[in-house]
Amino acid sequence: MADMAKPLVKVAGLSRYFDVSAPWLNRVLDGQPRLMLRAVDGIDFEINKGETLALVGESGCGKSTVARLVVGLYRPSTGSIVFDGVDMAGLGGRAEMAPIRRRLQMIFQDPYASLNPRWRVSAIVSEPIRAFNLIKDEAAIVARVGQLLRQVGLSPVDGEKYPHEFSGGQRQRISIARALSSQPEFLVCDEPTSALDVSVQAQILNLMKDLQRQLGLTYLFISHNLAVVRHIADRVGVMYLGRLAEIGPKSTVFSLPRHPYTRMLLDTIPDLDMTGRQRTPVAGEVPNPINPPSGCAFHPRCPFANDRCRSERPEPKLNDTGSITACHAVEEGRLPAGPLTAAA
Amino acid sequence: MAALLEVEHLRIEFPTRRGTLVAVDDISLQIAEGEVLGVVGESGAGKSLTGTAIIGLLEPPGRIAAGEIRLMGRRIDNLPYEEMRKIRGKQIGAVFQDPLTSLNPLYSVGRQLVETIQTHTDMSPTQARTRALELLHEVGIPAAERRIDHYPHQFSGGMRQRVVIALALCVNPKLVIADEPTTALDVSIQAQIIALLKRLCRDHGTAIMLITHDMGVIAETADRVAVMYAGRIAEIGPVRSVIKEAKHPYSHGLMGSIPKINDEKERLDQIEGSMPRLTEIPPGCAFNPRCPHVFDRCRVERPELLDTGVTQASCWLYAHG
Repeated sequence: MADMAKPLVKVAGLSRYFDVSAPWLNRVLDGQPRLMLRAVDGIDFEINKGETLALVGESGCGKSTVARLVVGLYRPSTGSIVFDGVDMAGLGGRAEMAPIRRRLQMIFQDPYASLNPRWRVSAIVSEPIRAFNLIKDEAAIVARVGQLLRQVGLSPVDGEKYPHEFSGGQRQRISIARALSSQPEFLVCDEPTSALDVSVQAQILNLMKDLQRQLGLTYLFISHNLAVVRHIADRVGVMYLGRLAEIGPKSTVFSLPRHPYTRMLLDTIPDLDMTGRQRTPVAGEVPNPINPPSGCAFHPRCPFANDRCRSERPEPKLNDTGSITACHAVEEGRLPAGPLTAAA
Repeated sequence: MAALLEVEHLRIEFPTRRGTLVAVDDISLQIAEGEVLGVVGESGAGKSLTGTAIIGLLEPPGRIAAGEIRLMGRRIDNLPYEEMRKIRGKQIGAVFQDPLTSLNPLYSVGRQLVETIQTHTDMSPTQARTRALELLHEVGIPAAERRIDHYPHQFSGGMRQRVVIALALCVNPKLVIADEPTTALDVSIQAQIIALLKRLCRDHGTAIMLITHDMGVIAETADRVAVMYAGRIAEIGPVRSVIKEAKHPYSHGLMGSIPKINDEKERLDQIEGSMPRLTEIPPGCAFNPRCPHVFDRCRVERPELLDTGVTQASCWLYAHG
């Protein structure tokens, strides 16, 4: 029974710092210190089998870095990424990574940049099959590629074409077919529909939901679009400057948001229902992550900030609603309930 | 009320070695004074080209092959370059998607504002600088006295877009063409910029042609909206009617495919296929291969804008008699 409840992916204390210092000589001559950019700064989350966790946030909040960390494109600076009981951060070389690599795949944002223009679609889609030596027989590979293309709504004869012969949406289908070809359990999708037009976005989102149901896939879905996240996710994490401001079940985060940042983000969504609601724009901008504000990183934009917020960094705490929030004001209960109207 | 801008039967062509591509095909629209007209559509629908043609910045080999553009009754699509230059900035302002490429990186923002003001008015340098400061205050740039001498790279994306808006509005134009003004910005900044554009244009009585692919931005800002598809207007009408009860099957499908924040729908409505390339526009109605209501007439005869009650749609479903 204990195995049933075990999450497929468990991330604990995950951080990734980038060295953005000036070159050595400049540092010595000008007496400049080393500069570290804390792209991801201590985040924890779990993803259960078959569910979709979405990470949302504005540019520079570290959501794409998390995606790259989870698939192993970056090494974490600290923390662990446990995939099905194996800590990927502790794995050494290629050989040790390979069995896990097959089980997780990534879909990128830009379908124009993520497909090799000189390769035929069949070669692109079959590459993971060959790389992991999954099928030896050539005829069987061809059959499998045809089946994959059909699965994503293309035709097996499209395998003979080159990527430039396809539209953006069709290219994203090719990316999905490629990701599925190694029969992964876990897909990391970094803004998979941001480069697409809305009607095509709807096709891809529907396809991803269908595939999840058919194949029992688990998704980590990175997006800046809250409406898309609301549509696709089971659980939602809101990131701000490398930290998770709030994480919880979708229904809780969207209907009972606790963190002031989450509430403000929700308030910025344009209103398509034309209820005449006046939006309150969030004041200020995302600070520079090289030099983040002290204490809670959101305090310069937060209407509820006090001295404690300015000096002490809030730790994630479980709310009575089932979501986890890192906010002193929520913890102390000094936030007014209901929607946020008092924007600074 | 007299229309401020009238576009009639505009057709934009690109001659290529393999024949002529028609990117914008017979578009007619009007913008009244102080009105916000939203133009939506997917990439390649011709919405940006229409905007570019209005400000006279269409790049060769693209050319206006037919039609007329009139600003306050005066024809502007056939003016010589120097004449058009005087209209651009003075009567028509422009805000583009990427604020970094719309500003000159080598000049301070103050100098760019002063230059624009002096080109179009006979203010002295001191007066122009005072006006530039006022504008920076108005668009909400903190510490404008200090920031006026900063260079574009010293501003963040949202602040840069505010500078671009200040530039577009600096000589009180009658019309602003805003081409995807918030697409490159984060959601929280997007809301700030939209609020700013709305407030300024209301205060100055400026009309806006707001070109975007984001229906949410249109819903919040526009009075009327034109939905474009494959170089033509599919539907045009009051924003509320187009969003709530779109008549053209394309605009209807487009609205259904947008994920909504208050909606618990399991699947989004989807329009099968994608917009045809300019080389492969089907005969008849360009939308006919994807249309769920297609019938024989759609495949042979091209529909013109027809009255549907509140909106106008180019769809044979609304042909009476």
